[in-house]
Amino acid sequence: MLVLHGGRVFDPRTGLDEIADVVIEAGRITRIGRGAADGLEGEQVERRDVSGKWVAPGFVDLHVHLREPGQEYKEDLASGLRAAVAGGFTTVCPMPNTRPVNDTRAITESMVAKAKSLGLARLLPFGAITRGLKGAELAEMADLRDAGAIGVSDDGRCVMNAAVMRRALEYARTFDLLVTQHCEDHHLTEGAQMHEGVVSARLGLRGWPREAEDVIVARDLLLAEATGARYHVAHISSMGAVRLIREAKSRGLRVSAEVTPHHLLYTEDAVLGYDTHCKVNPPLRTEEDREALRQALADGTIDCVATDHAPHSSLEKDCEFAAASVGINGLETAVPGLLELVRGGSLSPARLIESLTSSPSALLPDVEAGGLAVGGRADVAVIDPDLRWTVEPEALHSRCDNTPMLHHEVTGAIALTLVEGRVVHERPA
Amino acid sequence: MTSPRHLLDFEGYGRDDVLSILDAAEAFFEVSRRPVRKVPTLRGKTIINLFYENSTRTRTSFELAGKRLSADVVNMSVAASSVKKGETLSDTVRTLEAMQPDVIVMRHGASGAPHFVAKRVRCAVVNAGDGTHAHPTQALLDAFTIRRRVGRLDNLIVAICGDIAHSRVARSAAELLALFGAEVRVTGPRTLLPRDAAALGVRVMPTLESALEGVDVVMMLRIQQERLGGTRLPSLREYSRTFGLNRELLGLAKPGALVMHPGPMNRGVEISPEVADGPSSAVLDQVEAGVAVRMAVLYRMAGEGASNPAEA
Repeated sequence: MLVLHGGRVFDPRTGLDEIADVVIEAGRITRIGRGAADGLEGEQVERRDVSGKWVAPGFVDLHVHLREPGQEYKEDLASGLRAAVAGGFTTVCPMPNTRPVNDTRAITESMVAKAKSLGLARLLPFGAITRGLKGAELAEMADLRDAGAIGVSDDGRCVMNAAVMRRALEYARTFDLLVTQHCEDHHLTEGAQMHEGVVSARLGLRGWPREAEDVIVARDLLLAEATGARYHVAHISSMGAVRLIREAKSRGLRVSAEVTPHHLLYTEDAVLGYDTHCKVNPPLRTEEDREALRQALADGTIDCVATDHAPHSSLEKDCEFAAASVGINGLETAVPGLLELVRGGSLSPARLIESLTSSPSALLPDVEAGGLAVGGRADVAVIDPDLRWTVEPEALHSRCDNTPMLHHEVTGAIALTLVEGRVVHERPA
Repeated sequence: MTSPRHLLDFEGYGRDDVLSILDAAEAFFEVSRRPVRKVPTLRGKTIINLFYENSTRTRTSFELAGKRLSADVVNMSVAASSVKKGETLSDTVRTLEAMQPDVIVMRHGASGAPHFVAKRVRCAVVNAGDGTHAHPTQALLDAFTIRRRVGRLDNLIVAICGDIAHSRVARSAAELLALFGAEVRVTGPRTLLPRDAAALGVRVMPTLESALEGVDVVMMLRIQQERLGGTRLPSLREYSRTFGLNRELLGLAKPGALVMHPGPMNRGVEISPEVADGPSSAVLDQVEAGVAVRMAVLYRMAGEGASNPAEA
C-alpha cells in the first residue's frame, strides 16, 4: 500500500482540486480524500509526504519521437520512456517516423512489447497514414490498430494530396482511429529555416509562412466534415489555424488540436543569434501567434499540450543553422515551461493539469488514462511547483539535450511518478 | 563600449566604428596608388581565407589586402561536394584554429555560418558573405565610394533595386546606411522582396520610377540566373523592361546621382550599357575601394599595437 499524504490533488474529470490523501493498492487507487489515509499504518504502508506538492493524473503525451527503431544514438525506448516518467508522463504516443517507418503491424508490435518489458511509461504508438510516409498509398490501419496503434499520422510529412487525405480519413473512420496531421504545405515551405517574418528577413533565412499551416488546416477541416473522421492538428503554431479550429468546433465537428510548450513559450526572436536549439518545425512564430495559442489553450479551443519531444544529438545541432535538424527535446522540461505560464497568469493550474491529462486522453476513447478515480489505474504525477533546478545535460534522462532551456534555471519539477502504483521516478529531495 | 572583435554584420557597430574603418581605408587607398603598394603593418600575422562558395572577386580582393599588409595569407577553398563527404564546419574550424591564425575571412552559403564559427574560435572572424544574410565589407566599400564621390555619407536617399530577398549586399547596405540617417528605398518584383521588408528599416517602393525619384545613390543588384524560370521571375526580358535602369530613368534621380553595382553586372538586364559605362557609374571605383577597405578591416582585426596604418 502506498500513501501520498497531504498533497493538492487534482482530478480534472471531477473538478477535484483540494488537499487530500491518495491511497494506492495493487496498482489501483483505493481511496482519495482529506484524511483518507488516517489510521493507515504498519509495515505494509509506504508513506510519501507530498504536502506543498500537486498530485495529478499521470500525463498523456500525444506526440513524441523516441527514435527507436533506427536512430538509437539519439534516443531509444529505454531512455525515452525514462525521460517521459521523469517529466510526469505515464502514457506517450510515439510518431511513426522511425527507421523503418512504423507502417506495419510487426513494427508496432515489437515497439509495444519492448516498452511493456521496460515497465516505465505506457507506449501507445501512432501508425503511419501512408506507406513509408510517402503520401501515396494507405498503410494497413486495421493491422496497426490491432497491434496497439491508437491513431495514424505521417508526422514530419504532411499528406499533401487532398484525394489521399480524403481516403485516409474515410478509411481511418472505419476503424475509429484518430488521424493526426502535420499541417504544412511543403510547396510553401521549400527550403524554409524559420518563421517567415521580421526575424527571417533580418537573418537572411528562408521563411516558413504561417499560411502553409493554415491552408492545410482549412482543407482538412472541410474533408473531416465531409468524412466524419476524428481529425487532430499536430503542434498547432499559427493564429490562423487557431481561428479555423475555433470555427470548426463551434459547428460541432469532431476535430481537435495540440500545442507544444515551446510554441507557447517562445517566439521567432529566440532564433536571433542562429541558435539551432530553436530550429523546429513548425517554427517559433510571432508574439501575436503565441498570444493566440495561449488564449486558445486556456479556452479549450486547443485541447491539449503535446511535447513533440524530438531528441537530436550534437551531430544534428552543432552546425550551421541551415544544416541543423528541426526539433526540440521536450519531455522533461514541459512542466517547468508550462508553470511559467501559470505564474504569468495565462494558464490556471487546473487547466494546465487538464491539458496534460484528461484532455489528451479524451482523444483516446479506449484507453484508461488521464484521471484519478477510486478504482482506477494508479498512474500519478506529483509536481513540485517551486523546485528550482538547472537544465544541464546530466539533469536529463533523455539521451540528448537539444532544448532552448539548456543551461537555464527553471522552476518546477516532477517529484514522483507512479505507473500502475509502482514508483518509476522519484527525484531526490 | 569596446569595439566588436569580429566583423559578422553591423550588430554592435556604431557610426564611429564605421568612420574609423573608412578613414583608415583612405590611408590604404593612397598606399594602393604608390609604386610600392605594400606596408609591413601585419608582418608575422596569419590570415586564412576560408571560402565555401566560389568567389574570384571577393577572395582576390581579400588576398591582395592581406598581402599588401605583409600578412601571411592562406587560401582555403572548400567545394560544397567535399563538405558533403565528410568534415563538419565545426571540425574544419577547430583544425584551422590549431594553426593559430589571427583572422579567418570566411564566405559560406549558409546564413549565420560565420556567427557559428565566431563562437568557437579565439581569432577574429570577418564575414566575406554568408548565405542571404550579410556582406559587411561590400557595404563598407560602397560607403567608402559614396563618401568619395558624393562627398558625404549623412542623410542620403538611396534606392536599392532587384533581388532584395536573396541579397546579402542589400541587407548590409541598409544596415550600414541606417547608421548615417539614410532613407533607404527598395524596389523590385514582389516575388524578390522579403515579406517583412520593413524589418530591414527600408521603404518598399512599387516601381523603379518611384524608387528613383530624387535619390542621391542608386544600387542595382545582380539578377541571379537561378531565380529564372521558376515562380520568382518569368523572364529576364520582362525584368529588364520593368526594373532595368537606363539613362532615361536615371534622369529621375538627383542630378549627379551615383550608380552602383556590386558586380558582376548583367549588362542589358538590370543595367543598360550606357549607364554602366556612363559618368554616373561608380562600378570601377567600388572595385578599387574593395582592396583598401578590406585592408582597413584586416588592420582593425589584427593590427592591435600597430600605430599609423599606412606608414608602420
